[in-house]
Amino acid sequence: MADKNTPMREALRMALMEEMERDERVFVMGQEVGAWDGTHKVTRGFLEKFGARRVRDTPISEMAIGGAAVGAAMAGLRPVAEIMTINFAFLAFDALINHAAKVHYMFNGQFKCPMVMRVASGWGNQATATHSHTPEMIFAHFPGMYVAAPSNARDAKGMLKAAIRDDNPVLFSESIALYPKPAVVPDDPDFLLPIGKSDLKREGQHVTLVAWARGVEWALQAADTLAKEGVQCEVIDLRWLRPLDTALVFESFKKTNRCVVIEEALPHFGVGAEIAAQIQDNLFDYMDAPIKRVNAMDVPLPYAAELEMLALPNAQKVVDAVREVL
Amino acid sequence: MAAALPEKATLLEWYRQMVLIRRFEERSKELFHQKKIGGVYLHLYNGQEGTGVGALAALRPQDHVITAYRDHGIAIARGVDPNRIMAEMYGKSTGVSGGKGGSMHLASREHNFWGGYAIVGGHLPLAAGIALKAKYNGDDEVVLCFIGDGATNNGYFHEALNLSAVWDLPVVWLIENNLYGMGTALEDASGQTKLIKRAIAYDMKAFDPMDGQDVFEVHETVKKAVDYARKKGPVLLESMTYRFEGHGMSDKMYAARVDEMSRFKARDPITLLHDKLCELYPDIGPTLDTIDKQCEAVVTESEKYAENSPAPTFEDLTRHIYV
Ligand SMILES: Cc1ncc(C[n+]2csc(CCOP(=O)(O)OP(=O)(O)O)c2C)c(N)n1
Ligand SMILES: [Mg+2]
Repeated sequence: MADKNTPMREALRMALMEEMERDERVFVMGQEVGAWDGTHKVTRGFLEKFGARRVRDTPISEMAIGGAAVGAAMAGLRPVAEIMTINFAFLAFDALINHAAKVHYMFNGQFKCPMVMRVASGWGNQATATHSHTPEMIFAHFPGMYVAAPSNARDAKGMLKAAIRDDNPVLFSESIALYPKPAVVPDDPDFLLPIGKSDLKREGQHVTLVAWARGVEWALQAADTLAKEGVQCEVIDLRWLRPLDTALVFESFKKTNRCVVIEEALPHFGVGAEIAAQIQDNLFDYMDAPIKRVNAMDVPLPYAAELEMLALPNAQKVVDAVREVL
Repeated sequence: MAAALPEKATLLEWYRQMVLIRRFEERSKELFHQKKIGGVYLHLYNGQEGTGVGALAALRPQDHVITAYRDHGIAIARGVDPNRIMAEMYGKSTGVSGGKGGSMHLASREHNFWGGYAIVGGHLPLAAGIALKAKYNGDDEVVLCFIGDGATNNGYFHEALNLSAVWDLPVVWLIENNLYGMGTALEDASGQTKLIKRAIAYDMKAFDPMDGQDVFEVHETVKKAVDYARKKGPVLLESMTYRFEGHGMSDKMYAARVDEMSRFKARDPITLLHDKLCELYPDIGPTLDTIDKQCEAVVTESEKYAENSPAPTFEDLTRHIYV
């Protein structure tokens, strides 16, 4: 076998399958993960391969999915719970925040909570206001949780495997728009990407573009456009919102003295705000321009396709923001 | 009909546990008012001892227990060291949760006591998950999950019980119906006040409501339920009981319910057991007096232990956020 060009949904499927083959304690649970093959087909064929003991369809009970995953993890299993989309993870919020993220601390290390909650996330496709959230940063607010948000198929595989093998609870966010997009994915069953490590996607000396998940694509497209004008962008993929790795960002900023943060999320209290705060706090003397954020507009997402497009970030908005800071 | 009574030593142990819980709670209340126990939350188990002690006596060590924030009595009945419980309430590093959990978050992994949980209903799916571990691994273990009557009205109750039914999980769901959730009476909170009927919604096995003041009846029923859960799947139980000290330290309403209170106090679970023991063993009076004194001493010792224990350190503040 060789490393192949593989769509992200397939890379995730490989990761899950390898981990279930490797460790009997790993199992999946969620709505339609079995006979339906998973809402996003990430568990395609799992029921047949692993059986109903390890591929557990649940009722439409997000509170119970979250809470039962916590209990099972505390008791020694390694659940990978799937919530169809992150919009429904709001119903599991309490179990994640009050229990998954707290039991290790609150009971003084007596329990661990090695669970992963996979959620599909993102805007677009006229999915409308209730079904278009990207609230990863809300979950990342809380110590005790890890939050993963891969930007491509290769990272998705290495990050999901690392998340499953880790003893801490992880909210694992998968951009729906990225599911079909391919990248060269290692078939090494021990290919792991370290938790909380950001990635340098492109080198440049004029401006630092910080992005995560789908925002990375817009950042790279903008960098291509700007390169034609002689502007060299350095692009950094955060990969994880918690632990938030600012090392590469800081290093880059010392060189470029300028930064634009790109995220497929609402602006208020977001990752961009956090990055801007940390840069001004740590690297005030290096700042040559205000730090800009490219976000979705601060509105509930409307249905009409034209309005939806206006509200979403894109590569052109990134280009415009870079021009502002140069 | 009633099964044969447990042997004398067992009955004395139940008596000891119930008295110890009562003395411990009485002292906790004093210490709270002296501000030695900190914070604003202290939910006492007085009046419900028959339920906790009778139910836990039906478990084996490998079985699991989980409850809400009214957890001191459950921890004591499970055999957790009162010194370490009191130290937890003092916020000391020797507490069961290292002083980081407080009164509502006692737990002891070594006793398979998975803790007190202060989000109403939040521990119910955890119980299902712990039971799933047992089923998944083929372990012969049952989970006993205590539930307040008030908690039966939140979504966790429905989702967790339904999931346990769909997955045939070995859980005994035990509603402690003390007639109130904070200040709200059962009939003002529940459309169906016969809470045991909730089992019908999940086609779940249920037994008739128990007299929670009668440790014998509780023990017998929970034993049957545990057997059933071990072999077949989830069971719903309801224990009819009462909070002698109201909801918690902030409850300004409970003392006014004079008639109701005196009705239940006339059936104090400890007095009932005491009388039963005297009836069975006419010479037992001095033995019971000795147990009473011993319990008093254990509580005094726990207070001293807590007083003399060190506070957690700055390192403890950031320890155990992640594994
Ligand atoms: C989700 C949630 N809502 C509200 C509260 C506040 N609260 C704490 S205890 C309680 C009453 C619960 O009553 P019940 O379940 O009958 O238990 P009891 O106190 O009688 O043992 C309430 C409303 C809470 N802790 N969690
Ligand atoms: Mg109640």
